[in-house]
Amino acid sequence: MTIKIRLENLTKRFPGEREPAVDSLSMEIPEGEIVILVGPSGCGKTTTMKLINRLIEPTSGRIFLEDEDVTKVDPDGLRRRIGYVIQQIGLFPHMTIYENIATVPKLLGWNRAQISARVDELLTTIGMDPATYRSRYPKELSGGQRQRVGVARAMSADPDVMLMDEPFGAIDPITRDRLQNEFLRIQSEIKKTIVFVTHDIDEAIKMGDRIAILRDHSHIAQYDTPEAILVDPADDFVAEFIGRGAGLKRLNLSRVNDIEMSECATVQAGADRDEVRRALGETDRCVLVLDEQRRPRRWVNADHLELVGGRSLTEIGLPADAVVRPYSTLSDTLNEMLVADYATAIVVGDDGVYQGVIDIDTINEAVRGMRAAERSRLADRLGEGG
Amino acid sequence: MPALLAAVLLALYLWVGSQTLDSIERARVNLDFILSATSRHVQLTVVSTVLVLLIAIPTGVLLTRSFARRISPPTIAVFNIGVAIPSIGLLALFSVVWDIGFWPAVLALVAYSALPVLRNTMVGLQQVDPTVIESARGMGMSKLGVLARIELPLAVPVILAGVRTALVINVGTAALATFINGGGLGEIIITGIGQNRQLVTVVGAVLTAVLALLIDYLAGLAEDFLRPRGL
Ligand SMILES: Nc1ncnc2c1ncn2[C@@H]1O[C@H](COP(=O)(O)OP(=O)(O)OP(=O)(O)O)[C@@H](O)[C@H]1O
Ligand SMILES: [Mg+2]
Repeated sequence: MTIKIRLENLTKRFPGEREPAVDSLSMEIPEGEIVILVGPSGCGKTTTMKLINRLIEPTSGRIFLEDEDVTKVDPDGLRRRIGYVIQQIGLFPHMTIYENIATVPKLLGWNRAQISARVDELLTTIGMDPATYRSRYPKELSGGQRQRVGVARAMSADPDVMLMDEPFGAIDPITRDRLQNEFLRIQSEIKKTIVFVTHDIDEAIKMGDRIAILRDHSHIAQYDTPEAILVDPADDFVAEFIGRGAGLKRLNLSRVNDIEMSECATVQAGADRDEVRRALGETDRCVLVLDEQRRPRRWVNADHLELVGGRSLTEIGLPADAVVRPYSTLSDTLNEMLVADYATAIVVGDDGVYQGVIDIDTINEAVRGMRAAERSRLADRLGEGG
Repeated sequence: MPALLAAVLLALYLWVGSQTLDSIERARVNLDFILSATSRHVQLTVVSTVLVLLIAIPTGVLLTRSFARRISPPTIAVFNIGVAIPSIGLLALFSVVWDIGFWPAVLALVAYSALPVLRNTMVGLQQVDPTVIESARGMGMSKLGVLARIELPLAVPVILAGVRTALVINVGTAALATFINGGGLGEIIITGIGQNRQLVTVVGAVLTAVLALLIDYLAGLAEDFLRPRGL
């Protein structure tokens, strides 16, 4: 594990304040991971971020990027190497989306063709059609779209390190969830080193490879993987911060591709009744109807076949709407199952193609597995402690 | 607006045409004299306003930088003096301490109209959303870059409103420049009053008003045109 950012006894005392906002913070941030800073309001998360890119100059202490001491280098140059999404997004209202995203590449002197290609690529990555959105102004976007542009703008010059201060802060839970998933998908490809601030423990558990739980003055209460923090909170402050429902929260830690999917019987949308009956066999369960691109369409069982005469397979049965992706959390998967007509989650790839299914038993087993692993871990620790 | 002003001018022309003019009236109310007085008036207005821009905008920018917090109140006090003195007194003052003619008149106008531009420049810059500035700095823009590419463009609407106010002040106050031999449409009005020729006074007053309204109208157009898109 290479260390990408190292903070050494970092302290910030604002002029005229008695207490330091950040007090002697030391921390190592591994390359290619998302490290979450989480803690109550006013504990110094934003100040810590701004110390890293020197928007705030530290009172004392040192900052290393890779092995370079950047505490004294030219701050403008440093910031061009670090993507930064501020808490309030801060898009430039008088510039188009294109110009907003192109800011850092322009500062770095890229040529027009490079910049243009990069902007289009990023807009596509964040799911916004370049032709439609390039020349819009920030006020012509929804809140969620602005957040996405803020993130795209921070990624524009392809920095290794990104600082994200509550990037999905002020948006509704559904959009927020979508943006989080989208971002995790992007991160699984780009593998940046990311420092991510939130005050929401659930977001921390979902997004983080590692979580630093901070108390006032950016004192680290616990810095560990989400699993370790959930299983073994360091003290009462951490336990209280995690709150109740740690068990359910653990479902946020496992993703669909961490567990074994099952197969289910499938038929093509064009299949005739006999084929469907054969696929159904003796069970009273449903078969999954797939279209030509092998995307899930409907759940159909024997009763559905009886009830309707000449209609096509895509018009009968139950909608196949509990669709999850390999990187969806088990918590999301369980939720999809609970709200769907047919309580089985269908796993599809990014292209929408069917990969397998997950049912409630599979999740149950996964949870049991986690518990067993925890017990043996705890036993190990007790053994070590003697 | 332009159509209305043209109609007023046409009415004035027809009315003057219907009167018989004596020699004093003819000396003032003739096309040559009117054109030269108007162009002088426009020169007074434009030159003084340009000087105001050159002085007040950079000063406003400087005073809003964090290092200038200390010198800001006394500087504004200096700019305030110009407005505190009545305009005619200011003109008199300049003619006494310096000279009479075009340039003293221009400088008096500058002193009189600089404050709105200064004030609006400062207000315009101060009302820029600090988070926008922070995100620009956070991406590695230099302080100067942020000023040129973020702060000033975002302050443009407010600054332009100040410039428009200064223009209107100048075009009005320039009518007084004639008292210190600065020329302009005021000369026609003064002749009318001094020689007791009402027709001349009316012509001068109407022309001044039309010019003021026209300049205000053009400034309004410029304001709409120069406002950054997306705001
Ligand atoms: N410029 C400043 N001058 C003085 N004090 C400051 C300044 N900026 C922040 N502080 C103080 O430092 C402390 C930490 O602030 P910070 O913004 O880092 O908190 P935070 O953890 O990001 O909170 P939130 O979750 O509300 O965003 C607070 O007590 C705040 O009042
Ligand atoms: Mg904050």
